[in-house]
Amino acid sequence: MDWTAIGLSVRLAALVSVLLLVIALPIAYWLTFKRRRWTFLAEAVVALPLVLPPTVLGFYVLLAIGSRSPIGRLWTAWTGHGLAFTFQALVIASLVYSLPFAVQPISAAFARIDSSLLEASAMLGASSWRTFVRITLPLAKEGILAAAVLSFAHTLGEFGVVLMVGGNLPGVTRTISIAIYDQVQAFEYQAANQTALLLLVFSFLVLAAVYALQRRPWSVSPL
Amino acid sequence: MTYVRFAVLAVLVSAAVSSAAQLPAPALAVAAASDLQSVMPALASRFERETSGRVTLTFGSSGNFFSQIQNGAPFDLFFSADVDYPRRLEAAGLTEPGTLQPYAIGRLVLYASKASGLDLGRGLAVLTDARVRRIAIANPEHAPYGRAAVAALTHERLYDQVRARLVLGENVSQAAQFVQSGNAQAGLLALSLALAPALRASGTYVDVPAAFYPAIEQAAVVIRASSRKDAARQFLTFLGRPEIVQMLKDAGFLPPRPAAAAR
Repeated sequence: MDWTAIGLSVRLAALVSVLLLVIALPIAYWLTFKRRRWTFLAEAVVALPLVLPPTVLGFYVLLAIGSRSPIGRLWTAWTGHGLAFTFQALVIASLVYSLPFAVQPISAAFARIDSSLLEASAMLGASSWRTFVRITLPLAKEGILAAAVLSFAHTLGEFGVVLMVGGNLPGVTRTISIAIYDQVQAFEYQAANQTALLLLVFSFLVLAAVYALQRRPWSVSPL
Repeated sequence: MTYVRFAVLAVLVSAAVSSAAQLPAPALAVAAASDLQSVMPALASRFERETSGRVTLTFGSSGNFFSQIQNGAPFDLFFSADVDYPRRLEAAGLTEPGTLQPYAIGRLVLYASKASGLDLGRGLAVLTDARVRRIAIANPEHAPYGRAAVAALTHERLYDQVRARLVLGENVSQAAQFVQSGNAQAGLLALSLALAPALRASGTYVDVPAAFYPAIEQAAVVIRASSRKDAARQFLTFLGRPEIVQMLKDAGFLPPRPAAAAR
């Protein structure tokens, strides 16, 4: 089993799920509580990675961070090397790729909160920040946990985007799903089998945990 | 606002974690055409033993590596399955001058799985047999063996007849995997892969005559952006040693043409 690849994937997924919580909380708050007439457009943008082919996403990310783009040039001036084909490139791509898996459970949890509780908090003189920290967050904690677990699992399993922006470098960008791809091409079916089984068991456990967290009528999408 | 402070902290911690993951790898990063899959690991570990340096290998199609290197992929050494991609990198100023080195000539074979029951004595014409439902080749867009396969089929005036049954592997190794797993009945593959244990056990092959396709001259080159140029040059010198040339021969490659080597 390719432990380097497994370690790399776990590190990537942990980092991405932490960063995504930071990014997703304000987005979910804004989408749920500050609705405008055109909020549906923002919702569509956030959900895009769910339906976009990973190659499309990977292609755009590669263009956006490539050596000819402003971001790529700035990064090169800063660090002395390009951004494409680095671990950081995988982090950036995964943040985009897994964004809906973080925003949607949080947004759904926010929407389920009884608005009279939030109004009561405001009536009692709490600032909107205090209401958010003391009332909204605790009531949405299942959704937040689900968001963290789902974005972790989704990042762990991504393939197409990683292949396009990462370039399959051992120890740097060769994640677990790419290691399986390599093992199959090298006819190492035994190794591929073990790694694939590990991912299968892990994915099942994650989904079981998410559904256990959410004691609602079952829907196919855990979001 | 506290949330902003929390967010800044999280970003800083993340940056620290990710930069720790990005320590400059001391290993020699080698991008190798996938027809080298069966022999390169042995060559690399031998080189590692002799020089006590580390080598990391990435296999793929030469055309993909070509575009990745143009986009700044941090490889030190590129083993292409043809000489064209390294030459184009050289022309673009992305390689270390004077390091382009032919290392082998690849050979194309017609491979059929045992289960297909095909008689390979008939040569490429056997591909028109009704039992051949799928023929695996590498993607000619970016894999030299794919281009050689299309050239050989065209040479034998078979291409139009079999085109609808071709399945394209992302590289020649994936094409081999399609046949080995029984999903294609035949394939046009690299001899080096047909000789690999997994394929030898599950099928047979015949040579495709060299006159049917332009020679697959394989060449390696040191990438200019590499920070490990000395080790990369050392690896290229290592490849010229008689016992290494013999290893490549045993693995299904012809030695490079002297004329090409002199270039």
